[in-house]
Amino acid sequence: MPSTSHNEDRIEAKFLELHSRGEGALIAYLTGGDPDPKAFLANSTALIEGGADIVEVGIPFSDPIADGPVIQASSMRALSQGTTPTGVLDLIGELSSQFPVPFVVLSYYNPILAMGLDHFLRKACESGVDGIVVPDLPVEEGDEFRNLALKHNIDNIYLVAPNTSNTRLRTVLDKSKGFLYLVSLYGVTGPRDSLSPQALETVKKVKSLARGKVPVSAGFGVSQPEHVSAIIRSGADGAIVGSALVNIVSQHLESPNEAPDHLKSSVAKLKASTRKS
Amino acid sequence: MEPLRALEEAYNKFSHDPSFKKELTGWLDSFAGRPTPLYFAANLTRHVGGARIYLKREDLLHGGAHKINNTLGQALLARKMGKRRIIAETGAGQHGVATAMACAALGLLAEVYMGIEDMDRQKLNVYRMKMLGAKVHPVESGSKTLKDAINEALRDWVTNVQNTYYLLGSVVGPHPYPTIVRDFQSVIGKEARKQILRIDRKLPKAVVACVGGGSNSIGIFHSFLHDLDVDLYGAEAGGEGLSPGQNAAPLVAGREGVLHGMMTYVLQDEVGQVQMTRSISAGLDYPGVGPEHAFLMNAGRAKYVTVSDEEALDAFKTLSQLEGIMPALESAHAISYAMKLAKSLRTKDSIIVNLSGRGDKDVEIIAKHIPQ
Repeated sequence: MPSTSHNEDRIEAKFLELHSRGEGALIAYLTGGDPDPKAFLANSTALIEGGADIVEVGIPFSDPIADGPVIQASSMRALSQGTTPTGVLDLIGELSSQFPVPFVVLSYYNPILAMGLDHFLRKACESGVDGIVVPDLPVEEGDEFRNLALKHNIDNIYLVAPNTSNTRLRTVLDKSKGFLYLVSLYGVTGPRDSLSPQALETVKKVKSLARGKVPVSAGFGVSQPEHVSAIIRSGADGAIVGSALVNIVSQHLESPNEAPDHLKSSVAKLKASTRKS
Repeated sequence: MEPLRALEEAYNKFSHDPSFKKELTGWLDSFAGRPTPLYFAANLTRHVGGARIYLKREDLLHGGAHKINNTLGQALLARKMGKRRIIAETGAGQHGVATAMACAALGLLAEVYMGIEDMDRQKLNVYRMKMLGAKVHPVESGSKTLKDAINEALRDWVTNVQNTYYLLGSVVGPHPYPTIVRDFQSVIGKEARKQILRIDRKLPKAVVACVGGGSNSIGIFHSFLHDLDVDLYGAEAGGEGLSPGQNAAPLVAGREGVLHGMMTYVLQDEVGQVQMTRSISAGLDYPGVGPEHAFLMNAGRAKYVTVSDEEALDAFKTLSQLEGIMPALESAHAISYAMKLAKSLRTKDSIIVNLSGRGDKDVEIIAKHIPQ
C-alpha cells in the first residue's frame, strides 16, 4: 500500500520507531541507474535486505559539484546508460511497491527545473518518494520548491555544513522536514579513512539547536562502521553512507551479480553500528 | 553559503573604501598598464566600408588580456580578507595567467584548475602559469574543459574554505561573483566611453564584444547601459553550427537553467543534463553565461549573435594583415561581427569593439587552420 503511505510522514515515523528501539538510522545511498537499471534494482534490494532504514537514491547529473570522484564516476556510468530523472523515479517506484522503507531522492536543481518543478514532484510522489535533497538549492532560494514539495507530501531535506552560522541553522531547522542533512566535513562526498575532527562537534552543536524538532543525520566521509557508531554515539539520529557503497558497485562492474551480496553484508555491519547498546 | 556571505560582506566593505580603490588603481595603472588606448582601425574601416571601427585595446594589458583587471581586484580583496591561498579555474589559460601574475605580485599562492583538453590547446599558457609560480591542476572529469575546471575549483573551495579564496574569472557562478567581476571589469567601459567622447565628440552607434562567460563584454557594456541609443552586441561562439554539441552559444541556442550556482541560459539536453560545447576558442567554450547577460537579452537591451569558427579565423587573418594586430580567437569573434555590422551602418557612425586579448596564445591552433 505504498501510495497511501504518503500521508503518514514515513521518514518521521521511521525515526520515531528507531528511537524507541534505541537505534540510529542507517541511510544508504546509491546512484539511480548505476551501473544499469537491472543491477541498480538488485543492489538497492540488497541495501534493504541488509537493514538500511532509509534508501537515498541519486539522480545522476552531468555536473555534480558536491560529489567526489566515486559518485562522479557512478553518475557518468548511469548517464552513459541513458538514465533520465523519470527513469530513476520509475525505478524507485518499482522498489517502493515491494518494500516499505522510506525513500529519499537526491537531485541537483537543473534536471528538476528541466522537468518542471510541479511535474517532477508529482511524479516523485507517485513513485513513493518521501523526501528530497537538492544540494545546489540553498534554503534562501528554495521557498517555491519547498512549498510545492510540501503540497506533494515530500519532505525538504536541507544540507548544513560545519561553518553554517547559528542564524542560518535556525532558518534551516524551521524549514526542514524528515531530517536535517549534516555535512560532517569541509569538502565533497567520498570515503575517508577517519572521521573528520569537526564531525562530532558539529553533530553536538546542531543537535542542541535542533532541540528534537527534526532528526539530524550526518554524511559526507562517513564510510565505516566505526564512523557510524561514533556519529550515533555523539547524538546524531542517523548516519548517511554513500560513496563506500557506490565503491562496492564500481568494484564489481565485471561481475555485477556479486555486488548485491557484498552490499548486503556491508550494510548489515553499518546497521549494527547504529545500535547504541 | 557562509563563504559567499563572507565574500559579499568583505566586498561591500572594501569596494567603498577609498584606500582600497586607490591601491587597486595604482596596480592597474603601473602594473597592468591602464588606461588602454582606443585605437581607430583606419585600414579595417576602409576595407569594410561603413561605420568607423574603434578597438578598445585590452590586448595591450599585462598578460595579454582584460583578465588582469579582475584578478588584481580580487587578489587585493583576498589579501584584505587574510586568505593567502588563491584558487582559480581557467579555460584558455588567460585567467590562469592573470591570476598567477597578480598572486606573484601580491605575495599570494596560486593554484589553477584547467581541463586537460584546454591544457593541450593552450600549452603556452600552461608554461607561463608554471613559470609565474602557480601550480596547475589538470582536470580530467566531464568534458575536460572550463566547465569542469569550475566544478573542480568549487570542490577545492568547499574543502579548503578556511584558508582559500576562490578567484573566479568571469561574471558567472553564485552571487556575489557576477557582480564583483562585473565591477572590476567595468573599468573597460568607463575608459572607452570617455575616450570615444573625446575623439569623436559623440557616443558610438554600437559596442561589440565576444561572450563566453561574459566578463569582457559586461565590462565594456556596463558604462553604456543607460545610453539607450548605443546598441550592444555580444558575439557568442557559433562553433561549427547551431545543432547541439556544435557550439558554445547558450544565449542563442540554450534555455533557462541552473549551473554553477546561477540561473541563466544553459546549453542542455531535454532532461537538463549540461551539453558538451564546441568552439575553436577555449575561452568561449562554456555551456553557461553570466546571468546579467541573460537579463540584458530578456530586457531587450543587448542583442546576442553567433560567429562561427570559420568566421572568427577569417577575422583573425583580416585584422592581423590589415592592422598589424593579432587578436585572440575569442576577440576575433567580436571583430567578425563588427565587420558585418559596420557594413550595414553609415560612415558617420562609429563602433567600438572590445579587443579583449591578443592572439599570441592561439598561433599554434591558427597555424593548423590557416595554410601557410
